[in-house]
Amino acid sequence: MNFSIEIKKKLYEFQLDAKLQSKEDIIGILGASGSGKSMLLRCIAGLVKPDEGTIIINGKTFFDSEKKINLSMRERKVGFLFQNYALFPNMTIEENIAFGLDSFSKSDKKKKVNELMEKYHLGDIENRYPAQISGGQQQRVALARAVAVEPDILLLDEPFSALDVHLRNHMIREMSESLKQYKGIALFVTHNMEEAYQLCDHIAIFNKGKVEAFNEKKNVFQHPVSMEAAKITGCKNLSKAVRLSENVMAIADWGIQLKTTVEIEYEVGFVGVRANNIRIVESCTEENCFKVWLADENEAPFRTSLFLKIGSEPENSDDFQIQCIITRDQRVKITDTTKPFFIYINPEYVFFVEK
Amino acid sequence: MISIDFDFSPAWISIKVTLTSTTIIFFLGLATAWLMTNYKGRWKGLIDAILTLPLVLPPTVAGFAILIMIGKNGPIGQFLEIFGVNIIFSWYAAVIAGIVVAFPLMYKTTMGAFEQIDTNILSAARTLGASEWKVFWRVAVPVAWPGIASATALTFARCLGEFGATLMVAGSIPGKTETIPIAIYFATQGGNMEVALIWVLIIFAISLTVLVFMNYWNNYKKKERYGAGE
Repeated sequence: MNFSIEIKKKLYEFQLDAKLQSKEDIIGILGASGSGKSMLLRCIAGLVKPDEGTIIINGKTFFDSEKKINLSMRERKVGFLFQNYALFPNMTIEENIAFGLDSFSKSDKKKKVNELMEKYHLGDIENRYPAQISGGQQQRVALARAVAVEPDILLLDEPFSALDVHLRNHMIREMSESLKQYKGIALFVTHNMEEAYQLCDHIAIFNKGKVEAFNEKKNVFQHPVSMEAAKITGCKNLSKAVRLSENVMAIADWGIQLKTTVEIEYEVGFVGVRANNIRIVESCTEENCFKVWLADENEAPFRTSLFLKIGSEPENSDDFQIQCIITRDQRVKITDTTKPFFIYINPEYVFFVEK
Repeated sequence: MISIDFDFSPAWISIKVTLTSTTIIFFLGLATAWLMTNYKGRWKGLIDAILTLPLVLPPTVAGFAILIMIGKNGPIGQFLEIFGVNIIFSWYAAVIAGIVVAFPLMYKTTMGAFEQIDTNILSAARTLGASEWKVFWRVAVPVAWPGIASATALTFARCLGEFGATLMVAGSIPGKTETIPIAIYFATQGGNMEVALIWVLIIFAISLTVLVFMNYWNNYKKKERYGAGE
């Protein structure tokens, strides 16, 4: 399995300029809304024609602007899983799955459909219409229909965004299971970092039409290559920073010096600390420990976000520098919110990027 | 009361003309609507306006235009004369009048139904390897079917009721081109109010039956697809 994509396409606000190649099977494409990630999928599927570049999937050239190759959608035969599943409302489940199997004989078609229905746990709903089955079943039917034609590449466009939290977690696990069954390349587009992390081993960060980082998922999250990559992976605390020594930096906006375990490579850049890597401590004895005041807080059912000001009392609730997320148990430790308390930032989780 | 020699020929002529023009409009309208739905060029607005025009113009304008085209001195009329064919004042002329006048109803309503289709569904069909022919007949038409069915029913009713253009191009030759609406007009003019009333009731019954049948059939189809709950 391998693919190589290198395309340019002028969009309204920026240019899609994506380069991505890999031998991996399941790749997550993580980017903010409007970063051009869905457009990338549309270009691969042939729904949209890129201005220039090449798209080669498993050695098959889908698009090559120089050689004037531009296969039609039907010639490409990609598996595309749409956000709203796009099942044919006028056909039964069986007919939906069999739609792409025209070259099969009647008995082979029946056999293949039964096989897929079993594989995707679709029970005995073959004679129902899409509107008569649950959202979860609809998604599995859409997936079964897409893989029925044995595509070289499966494109998943934000398949969970329309679901509520409970169903979403359930479906992600199911999808993970289903993807293991499918032997081929899968590109999974999402703006949700948790989904990407749960489903894929490798993640590409997409920003303003460009692939900003592409790596094994742990690396992408732990060592962001840029400020945008850090933001997309959920990093809340980012600020300008100046290198003082090999692993100490000064952060003017926060009025502190911070130590990190990795070597700082640039003279000036940005520091990043994830909100859930900040701990509340009893007293300040070590490095990377600071006295803070609470400016504001935002309660979620199981965790609380604290908005903190370092070194002095905040003037109002918007006057904060860093954000930290703690559990309920830790929150109870702070009894008087008007008094300062101490936080500790583990140097292992402090990263420094150039831009 | 009704005399025994009541002439039923306008009913047969009306049904013959209406079914023929509705059938032609059905395919013509579907094809045009589909082409126009997919056409995104700069002339779309103009072409659409021209295709819709007969809907808003008086039928007499359509009749006049048809006469100009297929009349003895018209370009099509002269061409057909080479083969010794004369369309004017034949039932073919009534069919053409029906097509010109009722086509916009089919075209506009069907295009509205096509434009409602979720483009992802059409894209899904294409990525699954479907030809444009298959996309059209297996996906677009069935998905837009409720709209297409309404369009067909409206077209049928409009053709059945067509009067002005038909009178101008096909005349009112009893047993040949005299349709129900024309029979009503001349019966009323001649003071045969009973005859006119019978035709009024007949045309009323046919139109109502067709529209009611379409409604129930659409509902039945919907129930099949979406379940009784909705």
